[in-house]
Amino acid sequence: MFHLDWLNNRMLIALIATLHALINHSLAVGFIPLVTWLENKGVMNSRSDQITDTKWDKMVYNMMWTAFIITTTIGAMTGVGIWFSVSLVSPNSIASLIRVFYFAWFTEWTVFVTEVVLILIYFLTWKNANKSLKAKMRHIKFGWYLSVFSWVTMALIVSILGFMMDPGNWNNDRTFMTAFTNPLYLPQLLYRTPLAMVLGGTFGFFLVSIFTKRGDENRIKAFRAIGKWILCWLPFAVAGSIYYFKVIPETNLANMSVAVGTQSFQDWYDIMWKVILGASAIILVAAVIGVWKPKKLGAAFLGITLIFSLAFMGLFERVREFIRKPYIISTYMYSNLLREEDYPLYKKDGVLKWATYTSTPVITPENKIEAGRNVFMLTCSRCHTTQGVNSINFVFDRMYGGKGKPFPADAMKTYIESLHNAREYMPPFPGNKKEIDALVAYIKQLQVTKEVLEGAQETGVTVNPDQSVEAFQPN
Amino acid sequence: MLLLQSKVPLPHDIPLPLPIPEPVLVVVLVVSFLVHIVFVNMMLGGSLLTLWCQIKGRKEKEYDELAHEIAKTITVNKSLAVVMGVAPLLTINALYTVYFYTANSLTGLMWIAIIPLVTVAFLLTYLHKYTWNILENNKPLHMTIIAVACVIFLIIPLVFLTNINLMLFPEKWGTVKGFMSALALPNVFPRYLHFIFASLAVTGLFLFWYIGRKNYPFEEKFKTLTRYDIKKKCYSLVLAASAAQFLIGPVVLLTLPSKGMGWNLLLIIFSGALIAVPAMYWIYKAITGRPEDINQNFWKVAVCLTITVVFMGSGRHVYRANSLNPHREMMAEKTAAFVKASEEARKNPVEEELEVEESLGEVAKGAAIFKQNCSACHSKDLKVVGPPIIEMATIYKGNEAGLKGWIKSPGKKRADAPQMPAFGDKLSEDDLTELSKYILTIK
Repeated sequence: MFHLDWLNNRMLIALIATLHALINHSLAVGFIPLVTWLENKGVMNSRSDQITDTKWDKMVYNMMWTAFIITTTIGAMTGVGIWFSVSLVSPNSIASLIRVFYFAWFTEWTVFVTEVVLILIYFLTWKNANKSLKAKMRHIKFGWYLSVFSWVTMALIVSILGFMMDPGNWNNDRTFMTAFTNPLYLPQLLYRTPLAMVLGGTFGFFLVSIFTKRGDENRIKAFRAIGKWILCWLPFAVAGSIYYFKVIPETNLANMSVAVGTQSFQDWYDIMWKVILGASAIILVAAVIGVWKPKKLGAAFLGITLIFSLAFMGLFERVREFIRKPYIISTYMYSNLLREEDYPLYKKDGVLKWATYTSTPVITPENKIEAGRNVFMLTCSRCHTTQGVNSINFVFDRMYGGKGKPFPADAMKTYIESLHNAREYMPPFPGNKKEIDALVAYIKQLQVTKEVLEGAQETGVTVNPDQSVEAFQPN
Repeated sequence: MLLLQSKVPLPHDIPLPLPIPEPVLVVVLVVSFLVHIVFVNMMLGGSLLTLWCQIKGRKEKEYDELAHEIAKTITVNKSLAVVMGVAPLLTINALYTVYFYTANSLTGLMWIAIIPLVTVAFLLTYLHKYTWNILENNKPLHMTIIAVACVIFLIIPLVFLTNINLMLFPEKWGTVKGFMSALALPNVFPRYLHFIFASLAVTGLFLFWYIGRKNYPFEEKFKTLTRYDIKKKCYSLVLAASAAQFLIGPVVLLTLPSKGMGWNLLLIIFSGALIAVPAMYWIYKAITGRPEDINQNFWKVAVCLTITVVFMGSGRHVYRANSLNPHREMMAEKTAAFVKASEEARKNPVEEELEVEESLGEVAKGAAIFKQNCSACHSKDLKVVGPPIIEMATIYKGNEAGLKGWIKSPGKKRADAPQMPAFGDKLSEDDLTELSKYILTIK
């Protein structure tokens, strides 16, 4: 298994995915309709002998240039990056999702191709379109098409995100439509759409402050327009997030205080609410000033507004990532990538016996530590490192009083056996008693040696002879 | 150890059915991959040619202008290359789940490095494009930007090829340690060269069309260079690169491990090669013929070479299918066996038995219940998740009913401990009595 012992595997996905969502919401879904609207304003406000207000149009073009560069580089590549990182860290879950959602993803892809073609057309033909009014109006139409397609892309992907949190009835009938219309689908969409619009607005605010000079009349006009845009969407964004939180399944909600950040960052929970309240307030203030006292707005204040509004959404994403614990696909697959329904088998035979790669299919007194390491890799390493972020060493040390006191082996064994009762965000330990024994021996050794666990990308894998072609007996 | 490593792993697959019938997935995979790779070809070839033209432009000014024109195509082709890559990625994930993911894991760091590397390369191509005038007087710096992008673009296919090659050979999975050792497997480099020359050929053909098309304002941009000059250069590139493929192709074929070989594969590959021959003849005639005739057979050339590409892409898949199908069939059986074993285990789960230590006498059962239900969070004299037993015994001294009530439906008193779960439904009244009795005896 791939394993990053310092950064933490989950963190890798979280970093890439959050960056992607931020760019997607603030510079695509919410930003494109704003830009198109502003471009249209330029045409409407121009004198009758002009096609558009050239200076205004130049400003809007610059805004779009920024969005174009960022979305087609970092935006696009972090999108692919989610696939890549998930395929490394969480192959079983992504594979299962693909089997269920292939069709949604394929449809999404066709929409996505259209979106990319449209953004290329929209951005690259901008200057040529300024030659005639007819071309300009057609260009603006392309902006609206692009807005629609950006939104549809998001609308499709949200279904998969919702599914992971609450598959609804899918576990009983296993059909695509049931999975697609999971209970969290609409609430998420209703929260994300206005939020994206607000974020697009705060980004727009910031870019206007950069691309225009103080005292420029276009700057004032643009601030007014964007301020109104935000004021329109903000109430919906707030209402949407409240609604979204309301329908999050109760078991998930119980985890909220640990959901923010890894377990060690429990205090973030309070911070989250403060950031959300603070961000909404500061966005509101910026928008109000923008509409009524646009001269007062400056780049620094708008930069802060932008950072706060991105933090608002970043936190939401982080909560979503963690909220589904102890599952990775709610009620189907635990976050250790093992299916709930296979647990009785693992309890009976142990996880090592069924592992494709392990150097210790059978635990002996001699290989106990090594077996413990293998058990750790199979059952703990998706969320815990040995010495890095959310390390197993740290969590046990904190639980048993801290400061490097030797861990009590017996207490650890009974704890691991029923940790899912004590910590409801933890999946039950899947293996048998011997494996717990080995795991405890390994963790105790970790505490002393501070040894680091290396993933398959460095050490390679050892094939379990019981799970090899040679051992296979056809029926 | 050696013995262990020589085994061929047989994992079980994701126990969910394929979303759509396999043949459909195969067609989607082959076709969407080819579309993706053609844009990748044009992105890489375009970058290399831009750099080459810029270097040439140091002496002949108009080549710098030509480089600028080619540079404009890179940023478009790269966006399409990425978006077109999603469909084959999705499909290979669905079809060859275990094989693909295993290869990814084994080369993990390089695999994930693709993301930042490509992002940087993309940003560099924009930087290069938008600083054309700003860096007019600092050409070496300006050329360095695109040169770095080229280097990255040249590394990325190597990572992909290593992965796609490694997934074909489960027998090697146990021996590979990191990206470099996977890279060293035979066949990676011949396939890589094959890809590079394909990129040059595809880009040559693309630019022939792009710069040569009627509504391209060629005469506005170039004064000394003519359309014919450029077209001839493009065609020469296509011809030379295709000829090179006839040398590299057989090397690729010979270095392929024999397990995926078959007459079906050879038939497809040789048919593909055969169809390229007339195209090369027409190109040769166009280069050596009269300037006004150079466009004559362009569409025929394009169609022939497209067919060649489709054949080669199909051959690529046939080799993969030939190599992996025996293993996949075994894996399907294995998966079914696993699902069955899991079902049986579900029907007869391991019963959790109370381990009663009779030596404890009266409180033996209570102690056993404690061990099974409570000891995860409570130890004798240490605060673990919840408070130590000694504290409970002191608080509830002489108040067995109170203790039982708490265990049935606990409240929350301590700020530093999480909410205790309720045991009202889990334990019987008798068990609760035994448990409380035991707790209150601890001193």
